[in-house]
Formats: sequence, C-alpha cells, structure tokens
Amino acid sequence: MGFTLSNQQQLLSKIATGNGHGENTPYFDGWKAFDSNPYHPTTNPQGVIQMGLAENQLSFDLIQEWVLKNPEASICTAQGAKEFKDIAIFQDYHGLPEFRNAVANFMGKVRGNRVTFDPDRIVMSGGATGAHEMIAFCLADPGEAFLVPVPYYPGFDRDLRWRTGVQLLPVACESSNNFKITRAALEDAYEKAQKANIRVKGLLITNPSNPLGTVLDRETLKSLVTFINEKNIHLVCDEIYAATVFTQPRFISIAEILEEEEVECNRDLVHIVYSLSKDMGFPGFRVGIVYSYNDAVVNCARKMSSFGLVSTQTQHLIASMLSDNEFVDRFIVESAKRLKARHTRFTVGLEEQGTTCLKSNGGLFVWMDLHKHLKEQTFEAEMALWRTIIHQVKLNVSPGVSFHCPEPGWFRVCFANMDDQTMEVALERIRNFVLQDKEAAVVAIKKKKTCWQSNKKLSLSFKSFNFRILDEVSMSPQSPIPQSPLVRAT
Amino acid sequence: MTRTRKPETSSDDNNDEKPAASTTAMRLIVPLQGVVQGRGGLILGSLIPCALFYFLQLYLKRHRPSQPDPDPPSPSSSNLPELHRSSSRSSLSGRGSIGRVRVSSRADPIAKPNESPYYIGLDRVLEDPYHSVDNPNGVIQLGLSENRLCFDLIERWVSENWTESILGTNGGDLSIAGIAAYQPFDGFTELKVAMANFMSQVMRRSVPFDPSQLVLTAGATPAVEILSFCLADHGNAFLVPTPYYPGFDRDLRWRTGVELIPVHCRSTDNFTLNITVLEQAYSQARKRGVKVQGILISNPSNPVGNLVSRETLCSLLDFAQEKNIHIISDEIFAGSMYGSEEFVSMAEIVETEDFEKNRVHIIYGLSKDLSIPGFRIGVIYSYNDSVLAAAKRLTRFSPISAPTQRLIISMLLDTGFIQEYLDINKRRIQHMYDLFVDGLQQLGIKCAKSSAGLYCWADMSGLIPSYGEKGELELWDNLLNIAKINVTPGSACHCIEPGWFRCCFTSLMPEDVPVVIDRIRKVTETIKSSS
Repeated sequence: MGFTLSNQQQLLSKIATGNGHGENTPYFDGWKAFDSNPYHPTTNPQGVIQMGLAENQLSFDLIQEWVLKNPEASICTAQGAKEFKDIAIFQDYHGLPEFRNAVANFMGKVRGNRVTFDPDRIVMSGGATGAHEMIAFCLADPGEAFLVPVPYYPGFDRDLRWRTGVQLLPVACESSNNFKITRAALEDAYEKAQKANIRVKGLLITNPSNPLGTVLDRETLKSLVTFINEKNIHLVCDEIYAATVFTQPRFISIAEILEEEEVECNRDLVHIVYSLSKDMGFPGFRVGIVYSYNDAVVNCARKMSSFGLVSTQTQHLIASMLSDNEFVDRFIVESAKRLKARHTRFTVGLEEQGTTCLKSNGGLFVWMDLHKHLKEQTFEAEMALWRTIIHQVKLNVSPGVSFHCPEPGWFRVCFANMDDQTMEVALERIRNFVLQDKEAAVVAIKKKKTCWQSNKKLSLSFKSFNFRILDEVSMSPQSPIPQSPLVRAT
Repeated sequence: MTRTRKPETSSDDNNDEKPAASTTAMRLIVPLQGVVQGRGGLILGSLIPCALFYFLQLYLKRHRPSQPDPDPPSPSSSNLPELHRSSSRSSLSGRGSIGRVRVSSRADPIAKPNESPYYIGLDRVLEDPYHSVDNPNGVIQLGLSENRLCFDLIERWVSENWTESILGTNGGDLSIAGIAAYQPFDGFTELKVAMANFMSQVMRRSVPFDPSQLVLTAGATPAVEILSFCLADHGNAFLVPTPYYPGFDRDLRWRTGVELIPVHCRSTDNFTLNITVLEQAYSQARKRGVKVQGILISNPSNPVGNLVSRETLCSLLDFAQEKNIHIISDEIFAGSMYGSEEFVSMAEIVETEDFEKNRVHIIYGLSKDLSIPGFRIGVIYSYNDSVLAAAKRLTRFSPISAPTQRLIISMLLDTGFIQEYLDINKRRIQHMYDLFVDGLQQLGIKCAKSSAGLYCWADMSGLIPSYGEKGELELWDNLLNIAKINVTPGSACHCIEPGWFRCCFTSLMPEDVPVVIDRIRKVTETIKSSS
C-alpha cells in the first residue's frame, strides 16, 4: 500500500487535514447523546430531547397546506410539468427573475414594508452558511479580520474562517447591560487588532441576535453605522431571524437605518445576509441570500454563487409561494403568534422553577441563566453542568462557552423545533433537575459548614480554556459525528 | 505545419507588490559593488549590497503604506447588465466616506467584467437570444454545452409519475421528525444509492459504484472546487491537458489559489494526451519550484469530445503513482456518447487492474447526461476515505435542495425509464452530430474525431485572417457579431493551435442547423472573397 499515513497528510491540503471544520472536539457529547438516543413520545420517551437545534417547525403545516393547494408551483406535478423544461435547463447565476422579485418582496414584508429591496441586488447561495462564506471571500483576504460581538453563533468560526483564511475577533459584551454592543467595546476591539497588526475589514452583527434572541435598538444600530463609517470598514448584518420577532420592541433592519435622513453612511459598506431557513421554517430548501448595497460585491458574489446555486425547482416554488401576498401576510402574522405563545409558555414554565432567561423577543431559543447551578463560576464547571444536562436530564442544550460567551453559566435552549407535548416533557425534566439541584445544594452547604475545605481548585483562564476546548462545538443541524449508515466496515 | 502560440503568462498577479523602492535600491547597489570590489573582492562586493537590500526590504515591509485602492468596476461596462442603483445620497455627495471602500483582492478581478470570449459570448446570447419565430435575428447559442434534445421524455415521465406534491403524502424526509433529525449536507442516503446505481447504468454496468464513496454537491462546479480545496494548498498546481473546459480556470483556481499548468495536446494526435509531454510539463513545474498535486482530465473530453484510451488511463495511473500525485477524472459526459467507441471510466481501470486507488477521484453530475443543469446535482466519487471525509464537510457550502433530491431519487430509481432515456438520447445526439458536422463539411470545415459530448471541435484555421490568437479572435468576433452565432474559440480553452472552435449542437433543433450553416457560410464567403 503506497499510501502511508504520512503520505496521506502530505497529499491532502491543509484545509482537508486541519480542524477548521470545527467538528473535532471531545465535547460533542450532546450530539452523540441525541443521535444515539433520540427522544420519541411513544417509542423512546426516555430519549434525549433535541434543544440545540435552532429550527422553526411551528408553522410547517401552513407551508404544507399551501404547497398542496398550489400544485402548479411545484413543477413536478401534472399541472406544473409544462414549465419543467425551461426551469430544468436554466442555470444562470442571476437566478430566476421571479425568484429574486419574490424574495425582495418577502424581505420587505418582513420589515413591515418600511423598506423596499432591489431584486437586482439579491444574490443566492447554498444556505446562510454559503452566504456567510461568500461574503467573507468577497470582503476580506486571508489574515484579515472581522469583529464580532460575543456571544455569537459558533458556525461563524467555520463559515467565515475555514476556507477563507479570515479571522474573527471578539467584541466584548457583558450580561450586566444585557450584552449590549457598546462603542467603547468596539473601539477597544479595533485597537487591539491594530496593535496586533491585524487589518480589520468589517464588523459582523446578528440582528435579531443568536443566541440572545434580542433585537438591536435604533441608537445601537446608528452607533454601529457611525463606527464603521469612521473606520471605513464593512458592516455585515445577519438578519436571518428577522421574521421570528414576535413582540415589542419591533425589529429594526439596517436597511431602515440607511434610509433615515440624519444618518450618514457610505452604502458600499453595508451588506445583509439572509435565508429562508428560519423565517419560513424549511431548512431543506437551502436558500441563502446575500444582499449588498455595493455593486462590486454584488458582481463578485453573483459569480461566486456558481458554487452554491439554489435548485431552480426550489427557486420556482419559492417564487410562487412568496408572490402569494395573501399567504405571506397571513404566514408572517401566524408564525409570530405561534412563536410568542411557545416562548411565553416556555419562559413562564421556567420562571416557575426559578430559572431565568435573558429577556428576549425573537429568535427560536432562549438564553438561559444557569449560573446558580454552577459549582463554581468557571467554564469547567459550565462544561460539567452541560454534561449533566445531557446525560442525566437528557436534554441537548448548547453551552455558552461555545458561543464565546465571556461569562460562564449561560446556555442556549431552543424551543421551536418540537411540538407542544415534547416541550412539556422538556420543562418537566428541567423542573426535576432544578429541584434536585436545589436539594443537593442545601445538603452541600450543610456539609461545608461542618467540614471546612479550602477551595483551591484551579480555575482555568478564560482565554486558554475557551479557545482550546470549546472553540469548535458545532451547533448547526449537522451532526458532527459522521453517522452515515453507509460507512463501510473495513 | 502548426505554429504554436506563445505560452500565456500567468494571470495571477492581482496584487502587484513590487515596491518602487527596488529600482532605487539597485541604483545604490551597483555603484556600491564597484566601490567594494576594489578591496574586498567579489564576495564583499556582493554580500554588502545584498545585506543592505535585504534590510531595506524588511524596513519597507514593516512600514508598508496601505495598498492603493483598486479602481471601482466601471458600471457602464457593456458586458454586465446595468444595476439599477437604489438612491444613495451619501455616496453621491461624498459625505460620510473618507475613502473608497475596498473589497478583497480575491474579489477585485472577479468583480471586473469578464474578458474571456467564453463568458462574453454567453452574455451576448442572454441579451439577444435567438428564437425561430420571436427573434429570428437573435444570436444562436452554440457556446453552452446543454442538451435540449430529450426534454419531452423527462416531461412525460414527470407528469406521469410525480403525482404527489414535493412533500409527499406522508411527509417523508420533510416531516417534522425528518427535519429535526440529522440532515446530511452531502445528500440523502437514498439519493446516494440511486446515484451510484445510475452511474453504473450510464457506464453500461462495466463497473459498480459504491454509495458510501459518494458525496453529493450542488452541481459539478462546486464538486470540482471542493476537490481542489481538499487536494491542494494555495500555490500548488494541477496539470491539465489542453484544450480544456474554460470553467476549470474558475472552478479550480479562483478561490483556492491553485495553479493550472497546461499540458498541450496537438491535432496530429487528435488532441490526445501524450505521456512524454506530461512528463515534461511536470519536470518544468518542479524546476520552477511549484508543487504539482495532481492531474485533471476530462473523459469524455471537453471541448474535443474524444475518449481517453484504456492504455492512456493506465499510463496516467502509473505516472501518478510514480510521482505520488492525485488524478481527478471529470466524467460528466459519460452518458452523452454517440459514436461506436467504448467509454472506459477511470473507475473501471482502478477496479480491475492493480493500481493504487487512494489517489483517484471522479467528478460526475446530472447536468449533461440528464439535461437538468438547473437542479444542481453534482457528484464527487473518491476512493480515498480522508478526501471523502473532508469533502463531506465542505458540502455544507454547496448542498442540494431537499425537494430536488426527492424528485431525482424517484427518477433515477425508475431504471426502465433511465435506460430508455439513455438509448434515445444517444440516437438523437448522433443524429444532430451527423447533421451538424455534415453541414460544416459543406463549408470545408473539418472536425476532430470525437465520440461523445454535446459539441464538435471544428478546425476553422483556414478561415482566420492571421495564424495566431489574434486572428482566431477576429474570426470569433465576426461569427458572434455578423453571423450572430456564439461559438467558443480555442484560445478560451487554452488550445495551443489557433483556429479551433467548439460548437455545441444539442441546444439546437434539427431545423436550426441549416440556419446556422447559412450564417457561417456568409462569413466564410466574405472572408474568401476578401482574401
């Protein structure tokens, strides 16, 4: 056999053999636990409930209903087959015009028609994952950096960095002011980069936030715009959760800020990343969108989109669905209503047990505060608690450290990817855990009073722990373990 | 008597980083060398200036001024559709911006209008597409290898078989349970099984394909790029026999930083690969200090349409083994055969002969053989587990839409229909090939011998005004703007001999062929009468 292991390493690229994919960590216990023991109400009621997957399944029935009622939208039906030829042969990276029009229309509606979007600025990509990578390729060279406020979606580490060679630098945010993005923190992060001789090319924000579920207020958005203009860097706004905002304060898109009279902004700096996966709740479509106010970026992204074009069959279906204004209006309202109901039930249920979450009004998750349950305020303790939650409480939740959260004890818990019954089971399990933990804490305190122990545990420094251990916990729907049943037994 | 064109210079220097200071430095060094040479001899005379030069470069690198901003792309370029710009008060008045904003240096050349005739031609057709009734003076598309001959078959199948909605009656993979569970980015298992079976069927059951060695991507374009990312680092190279598909320059090089080194093939060999020439290209690359990571072939070949012989495939495998490099075989036209020659897949050689499998990777897709490029279905088939593992992870950036996967699974599993389709497709391509090549023959234009693909490789060297790339492009321009047909000139495919053109004939109806021939005749007669 000519291929020894060292041979292999030489013959494959650094990208192929490195860890940029973010799946090589001993700490994917949550996914493993879920994959090997998934909850099912009847066949496996003791299984692990998936609460680490930010998907929206609450309004799937509306979509299903529409598709059944509109068979001609799907070219694979007798009614739609006459369009088959033209759709199947179309491979232009501009995308079907009706698709771009429909998406622009939808994006406007989601923002309450306060802004309109130009269909010619819409570029498609293979899901939001592809959109993020594409924008990174367009805006930054290897070694250059984006500033990202923490906590942020772990997938960014992979999507923006892996093949692009771009860096992500954190902007510090604290729970004391609800993780607000402050001008001081931005300046601080920018200066740090300057000192380290790293060129900052842009600022990446997620609004509504993942994992916080909050929206940015007008003042913060304006201050961000001022900041990027002063530094002449790009602003990439991930607005993928735009339609998941279910109550006040309302979602304000960066597009609205740009239209305001007193806002001075070089539009060439602003880009929006979007997708239909969260708002529509149909991730299988793999529709990612890059919307840029910069012509050069649109041109470049459009050509790059050849690497992740959306199937024209899907484009056609979405074009039909999103042009149905009556359906879209109804969907947006109904989806928000259901998210609100679910969120309320979940947070009220948690509060009854004394578990608090960051106050949020959007997203498909809550940012749960479990620092009371940590044995000590360290990330090591957070990981220990996480393991307990996975293996004993049997819930797959996402620990804050994987989101680069600067403080231990926070967990992202998704609530929109299950039915009501499952959610009640999840709440029950959390309730039991909280009770048990309280009792255990009381016992421990008693023990501590009688037996005086010095607390000399080493608490690892934030930096080394964070980047070494949990840098790469992947929280996307993709299970990090290659569980393909087709893997040959060799 | 074939003269060759000058080898093209690498077009990779986007970032000109030669500081102007280098010339000033030389002005210092030369007289300095003269001064020192008197006392310290050659050694000091060379060492000191070199040391000075080194320190100067170091100083300049540390204090490099910010790069000059790239020119913004001209919005009035004729090759790009005008972007309707939403009102941008600030940009117009210049308020709030302190300088032109930069895109990455990767993006800059890409954002500029395409200069390659391959892309210019495609754009022209988009602007003014021919239609026999609605636009009879439009530009006829012969530059895009797409197959429109058998749509009726697919349409009929779809309307007869696909009576469920895309969601299916029980929801299937798209039900709540299906979505909440693990969703593989590299394709559903059922699709991999169906695809493996289809590939085997296309290649006439000469070789079995194992579904566990398949990775599915949104088209062959990302499949090629993903392989490039997996097999080579920035600055490494692939050897590619010419002429080759112009898209490779984009798919393998753009974002990866990988180089493509042409291995020139000649008409005297009917453009088949010569291993000696391959050896020479490899040695030259090594001398330049470039690390060659693999060879990329297309079989059946694009743009020529010939097949790689069994012997050549074996020689290639020997060569790859000897140099310890990879082989990528793009077999996307395997099901678009029309001649009587037998197609031999790289997979067949590897399965039957005793070669190392770990270096072999095959690209496939449904865009050509099943005429559904819009649906974006591509395949990486590899014998290397590490490559498969890496490629699987990379498919998250280029996944196939779930509803499309469902449709294709159904279609491919109907093996009766697939066999009927492949047989009829072959006959129709043969028919069009005969019509078209005969038509060209009447004009005195011969084609290279070919047995597959959706195109022919035509020798128009007798018609070009001057024997070279310039002459070829002049003819191409006349064909595009006067005859109004879009063909692909050999220079876009890096062909070393000028005058060859790729003409795709499967997007035509039989009745369009005389129209095309007539249009070419007008141009050729003009040329003949003026010479």
